[in-house]
Parts: sequence; C-alpha cells; structure tokens
Amino acid sequence: MTPEEQKLVQERQRARARIMAMILAALVVLFFAITIAKMA
Amino acid sequence: MGSGPQPVQPGASAVPLPADWRDLLALTKPRVLTLVVFTGLCGLLVAPGELPLVLAFTAILCIALGAGAAGALNQWYEADRDAKMKRTAGRPLPAGRMSRETALHFGVGLAAFSVLLMGVATNWFAAAILATSILFYVFIYTIWLKPRTAQNIVIGGAAGAFPPLIGWAAVTGDIAALPVALFMLIFFWTPPHFWSLALFVRMDYANAGIPMLPVVAGEVATRRQILGYTSIMGVAALAPVLLQLTGAIYGVTALLATAVFAAMAVQVSLRRESDPARMGPERRLFKYSVLYLFLLFGAVVVDHWVFAA
Repeated sequence: MTPEEQKLVQERQRARARIMAMILAALVVLFFAITIAKMA
Repeated sequence: MGSGPQPVQPGASAVPLPADWRDLLALTKPRVLTLVVFTGLCGLLVAPGELPLVLAFTAILCIALGAGAAGALNQWYEADRDAKMKRTAGRPLPAGRMSRETALHFGVGLAAFSVLLMGVATNWFAAAILATSILFYVFIYTIWLKPRTAQNIVIGGAAGAFPPLIGWAAVTGDIAALPVALFMLIFFWTPPHFWSLALFVRMDYANAGIPMLPVVAGEVATRRQILGYTSIMGVAALAPVLLQLTGAIYGVTALLATAVFAAMAVQVSLRRESDPARMGPERRLFKYSVLYLFLLFGAVVVDHWVFAA
C-alpha cells in the first residue's frame, strides 16, 4: 500500500467513524425519548 | 438463487477501500425514499388515535430505514444487471466503489434494525407489515418477478404500496378501509408510472435482459396498458371519496388530478414515437405521476384535518 493509498483509507475510516459516532449519539437520545414516551 | 449475484470487478484501485458513507447512503435510493416516507407519514396522520410525537417520528424513521434496506438489498442482488444499464451503472456496486458483501451486510442489518425498532417503539403488527414489505420487495419483486415476467411491476408494485398501511398500523395496531384504499391507489398507480419510464429507457432494460413490458410486448402494447391501468387507478383514486372515507377536498383534488393524469395517458397511448429523445409526453407523464401521488396523499391529510376539526 502506497502512502497515498494509506492516507485515503485512513480518511475514509475517520469519516465513517465520525458518522457512526453521530448515529450512535442520535440513537442514545432517541431510545431515551422512546423510553420516556412509553412510560408516560 | 441460481442467477444470483456474481462478484463485481473491483474499481480502479487495487486497495480494498472501506466504503464511503455517501455510497452507503446512495445504496438506500434516497430519492425513492421521499415518496415512501411521505405516503407513510400521510397514513400515520390520518389514522384515528394519537401517537406521541417521538414515537410517530420513530415510526416514520423505521419506514425510511426499512425502505432504504430494501433498496440496498435490491442493489446488492442486481449489481451485475445495473452495470449494463446507463441509468444505474454509476451506482456504488456496479461502479466498483463498494464490495458486495458490504452492501449485503448493510442491507440486512438495516432491515433487522428497522423492524425491531418499529416493534419496540410502536407495535409488532406494524413491524410485521414493515418486515413483509421488505421481504416482498427483495424476494418477490427483485429476485422472483423482475427477471422473469413483464408483469413484474404490476405485482411487485404492492411492495411500494405498504407505507400508508404501516403508518396507519403504527398508530392503531390494526388496518381499516382507508389505508387499504390508499394501498390500492399506489398499487394501480405503479404500472403507468413505471411503464412511462420504461418507454424511454427501453434499450437500457433490453441490454440488461430485464423483461419490462416495452421490451417483451412492444411499445404499442405498453402504451395501451398504460391507459388501461390509468383507468383502474382512476377508480382507485376516487374510491376513498365514493366510499365516504374522505371528504370533498380529497374528492375534488382526486378528480382534477386524475383528469390531468388521464389526459396525459391518452396522449401517450395514441403516440407511436419510438425515439427516446422525442418522448417528451412520456417523460412528462412519468414526472407528473410522482406529483400526482404527492397531491392525492397531501389532499387526504388536509381533508382529514379540515373535516375532523
């Protein structure tokens, strides 16, 4: 793997990790809200 | 799955790149999702009873995720066929930007998550209809009907007709006459919608070996069938008001919008143009058919709000 290819792979992995973190944070909020709504 | 997926040749890069998140998003067919989400939302809004806002949002999210999963699994299965069509050759799989395994895992994971979340957040009846719609789209339409019969989108159209049923069921836990009428409307709307598209991308379908009606029965027969199904769709469009499931706002909207649809379908049925570049009326009918569904479903909701107030 050339340095350019390695850089590209790392960029993709970073972008996916950021998106995954945002999705997980949104799911935490969503499941909390669902729980509260179900309990009400 | 004898004629199932074959390995797609990797793209220009020899390095197995992780899939870009934008390609994962593209796998869900976001443009198709707008209509699915809208019709599901309308089903949810006109259902009797109340659903807390966060649960209503979750139900719509699940419909979107389920439809996205079905789109991803469709692209996973059809990657080799998509590669032969100009319209679809740039998709992530045929373009070699993603491995088939990634698409399969993404699709299955998203499908399972959407059904489980729907069941937990609303009810398991709505989750079962959502699961049925995903399975119908993947197994009945994509794998069984699409490569085998010109009636593929007639029967397969049911897959796209489920969202109003799911939206309704998410609120009530059962189904009733109105969501069934809305299901029938989308079901009979699908053939003229897809066949008007198939007329001007006929060569694409022929090259990919997909037996769409213009490829198998010819353009004249397709034009006749568009008119025939438009007539049935007209009856389905007026059924909610004739059965007194909706009021005058929907009735007038359905009457006027269907009259325009019918006029365009008559024009398409009388034409004998086979050059895609000159198929203006066919393209206009295809575009109008999308607007038509938005108009009618929007009218159902407005009608419900006005007469329920």
